[in-house]
Amino acid sequence: MDLYEHQARELFKDHGIPVPDAAVVATPREARAAAEALGGSVVVKAQVKTGGRGKAGGVKFAADAASAELTARQILGMDIKGHTVRKVMLAQPVDIDAEFYVGYVLDRAAGTFLAIASAEGGMDIEEVAATRPEAVVRIPVDPAVGITAEKAAAIAAAAGLPAEAATVLQQLWQVLIREDALLVEVNPLVRTTGGRILALDGKVTLDDNASFRQARWGTSHADNADPHGDPLEADAAAKGLNYVKLAGRVGVIGNGAGLVMSTLDVVAGCGAEPANFLDIGGGASAQVMADGLSVILSDPDVRSVLVNVFGGITACDAVADGIVQALESVHLTKPLVVRLDGNNAAQGRAILNARAHPLVQQATTMDGAARRAAAFCLMGASPQTPAATQGVR
Amino acid sequence: MAIFLTKESKVLVQGMTGGEGMKHTRRMLAAGTEIVGGVNPRKAGQVVDFDDRAVPVFGSVAEGMAATGADVTVIFVPPPFAKAAVMEAADAGIGLAVVITEGIPVHDAVVFQAYAKQKGTRVIGPNCPGLISPGQSNAGIIPADIATKPGRIGLVSKSGTLTYQLMYELRETGFSSAVGIGGDPVVGTTHIDCLAAFQDDPDTELIVLIGEIGGDAEERAAAYIAAHVTKPVVGYIAGFTAPEGKTMGHAGAIVSGSSGTALAKKEALESAGVSVGSTPSETAALVLALLAAAREVTHN
Repeated sequence: MDLYEHQARELFKDHGIPVPDAAVVATPREARAAAEALGGSVVVKAQVKTGGRGKAGGVKFAADAASAELTARQILGMDIKGHTVRKVMLAQPVDIDAEFYVGYVLDRAAGTFLAIASAEGGMDIEEVAATRPEAVVRIPVDPAVGITAEKAAAIAAAAGLPAEAATVLQQLWQVLIREDALLVEVNPLVRTTGGRILALDGKVTLDDNASFRQARWGTSHADNADPHGDPLEADAAAKGLNYVKLAGRVGVIGNGAGLVMSTLDVVAGCGAEPANFLDIGGGASAQVMADGLSVILSDPDVRSVLVNVFGGITACDAVADGIVQALESVHLTKPLVVRLDGNNAAQGRAILNARAHPLVQQATTMDGAARRAAAFCLMGASPQTPAATQGVR
Repeated sequence: MAIFLTKESKVLVQGMTGGEGMKHTRRMLAAGTEIVGGVNPRKAGQVVDFDDRAVPVFGSVAEGMAATGADVTVIFVPPPFAKAAVMEAADAGIGLAVVITEGIPVHDAVVFQAYAKQKGTRVIGPNCPGLISPGQSNAGIIPADIATKPGRIGLVSKSGTLTYQLMYELRETGFSSAVGIGGDPVVGTTHIDCLAAFQDDPDTELIVLIGEIGGDAEERAAAYIAAHVTKPVVGYIAGFTAPEGKTMGHAGAIVSGSSGTALAKKEALESAGVSVGSTPSETAALVLALLAAAREVTHN
């Protein structure tokens, strides 16, 4: 889960990292009041989870409270790379003497976190690393030791940062550990003309797997439950389904993340684009299958549906029961191609044959099923007669 | 032979008395796995009946090892307790810990992986289906009846269901071992570890490597293959259609910016001489063609 800038700022502040005074608002009127409280002149910053908002016009200086209101009016509701701006953060402006970068990222290959630091902050760090690799310091952190004062000082020195940045490096490590983050970065960390060190902007990604021990995520980060999200994704999440909306027209349901990703690829290889990723997981019950199908069928983009299940732990008869159950409650108007293989496949196929719905077809191979679902989608037409179905096997 | 797991392996199950643990212990026993005990400090001294087998429950991994000579543990304990379970197994000095549990926080995995490495315990997983050496032993949740025949293909995969799919398609040919290394960002045993073991395993003739979007494990495996693997390798990568920035089911399956894409992985493998299938079926066909070609050479 990625956090908004203002949420990252709160976490930094909680762990003692100096940040500029700021307020978060959702309306121009609130922006005016907040700017007044902050002393008049402010920087108005769009709160979106994407980079490049400065270039898109999402970060602007306002000289007084009246112009803060106007600026907030311009920025709120703006679309930045597909993200609608629902909130802006107003921050006290700062006179910058120098900009730095500090952060911790997961090094998947080494299985540890890396400290990353650079005296060239304010820019995209990946770009700096690509063009001037010698300007970016990458130092592995021993998980059993963490960031000691000596280690922090060594990182700051290696990157050419001022000594005060070492304190921030230690505090930022506490953010990473205590908040169960996968990524924390301060960019830029600035030294003001007055000599103060401040975290001006930052990014935090939290580990969803740690939600069981991070009670406050449910409240303080509640508006991360995808406020800009797709209603279908919200519906699927409410049903506990692992669903991602995509741009195409073939609805896809399968079991296991790898097999579902593979199914999307095979559909694309047949010339049609998948409408979604939906993994019903291992050992799925009939109810989970029925829930999944109802989400897919409520997607107006979907023209045909492909169910691809290889029963390892999942029993194919339970999947077939789920499809039959869904057919009771949803009026099926789109072709549904089903491939069941593995555990209890024969029973599953028999259940679907017995139901004999004219829009439900079965295929015995993954590739054959994908071809057929893609063909229905591209034709935009109804399937052939059910007689053809029975001929498949 | 096989890699990491043979018919000699003596297997403990941490979390055996839970729902998933019971279900899969029964399945592992049916597949011929020598399960020598369960571990649960609150149920130590009890005996659990699985059909005709009575399996004792020990208070700790160390106790179980001392009493039975166990050298493998399969871990089903829930995420909040998984770190302690792995560290306990490593402290006891077990050779192999197979962590099935899904949903373990990354900070826990970072700590227990480093700890196990230091103690000399191999970890497979977490968030993995485990490993199977058909005809010998099964440690984890791979359904053994998909491919019961021992054979000469070695398989390593991030994904459980893609493992099952490929095992099913190649069931007539058979496997030496199939290892599901897991879909989390930080896993213990890697593609490279399995490639090295299969290269050294006299019973493995050809290696199937299944990968998916996220990270650069496949690119690193490709470099390793180019430098160290002389046996034929067939690859498959899932996730060409995955959008940037979205987690696709597995916690580690995410394209970040331009890194972790399926295309980059496929190209890296191909440049290392690996044949990469565009679908699971095509991948299976490539395996059969390569094995048939090898037979031709031997016969001539």
